[in-house]
Amino acid sequence: MTRSVTHASFTITRRWKSSPARVFAAFADEKQKDKWFAGPGSWVAIERKFDFRESGHEILAGKWNTGMVTRFDCVYRDIVPPAGDAAGRIIYSYNMFVDGKKISVSQAAIEIIPDGDGAKFVLTEYGDYLDGYDDAGSREHGTNALMDALGKSLES
Amino acid sequence: MNYELDKTFAALADPTRRAMVERLVQGPASVSELAKPLPMSLPAVMLHLKVLEESGLVTSRKEGRVRTCRIDPKMLSQAEHWVSERRRMWERNLDRLGAFLEDETKD
Repeated sequence: MTRSVTHASFTITRRWKSSPARVFAAFADEKQKDKWFAGPGSWVAIERKFDFRESGHEILAGKWNTGMVTRFDCVYRDIVPPAGDAAGRIIYSYNMFVDGKKISVSQAAIEIIPDGDGAKFVLTEYGDYLDGYDDAGSREHGTNALMDALGKSLES
Repeated sequence: MNYELDKTFAALADPTRRAMVERLVQGPASVSELAKPLPMSLPAVMLHLKVLEESGLVTSRKEGRVRTCRIDPKMLSQAEHWVSERRRMWERNLDRLGAFLEDETKD
């Protein structure tokens, strides 16, 4: 097999009319996070661990209706709750596995910034994608569709 | 295969190079065919072509006196795949988080 590492980073920004404390709680509390993180969908959870503290692990493994098993294995590195005018942040690193094969090693930084009556959310993620992992679906796109997708990534 | 996606995106951040890639998506072209619609000198086009080749998006080969350029669809496929898959996952999660926060606010 070909050994390779592809490096990529992206940033997503959102704004919500909820306080920074509410947004932070949606990440910090397992029950709240389970309501929006990676579900509901065409899969069932087969392993779950949630230890939201520095050096704590979060694991979410699921089996898709196609039979594929994905596993998110995360370690929290820096956790600072928002307080008053001060922004909060959550920084973690994670490995992603598909059918037991490690496909990427990533680091994500989430910033939750007070913004008027709400909160600004900034996610910056850097990933090393390993050994040319590719799924069958992505090859079905035509070249023009690929160009569209690249264009959208560039615009944001 | 080992290349830096940053280079791919940097290569496509320039409108001239995007125009060149859009032309090559239609099919292979010679350097002079690529240069024709562009308001710049041939050496300037060659420099843009060099950036595209280094990014891995485009390959070129000299056949006789003509250098023919073509897109490398494999590179586009990987570039699209890596970033957009992880982005899409997050966008979907954040849509759900937004809806979740909105429901909470109503209560």
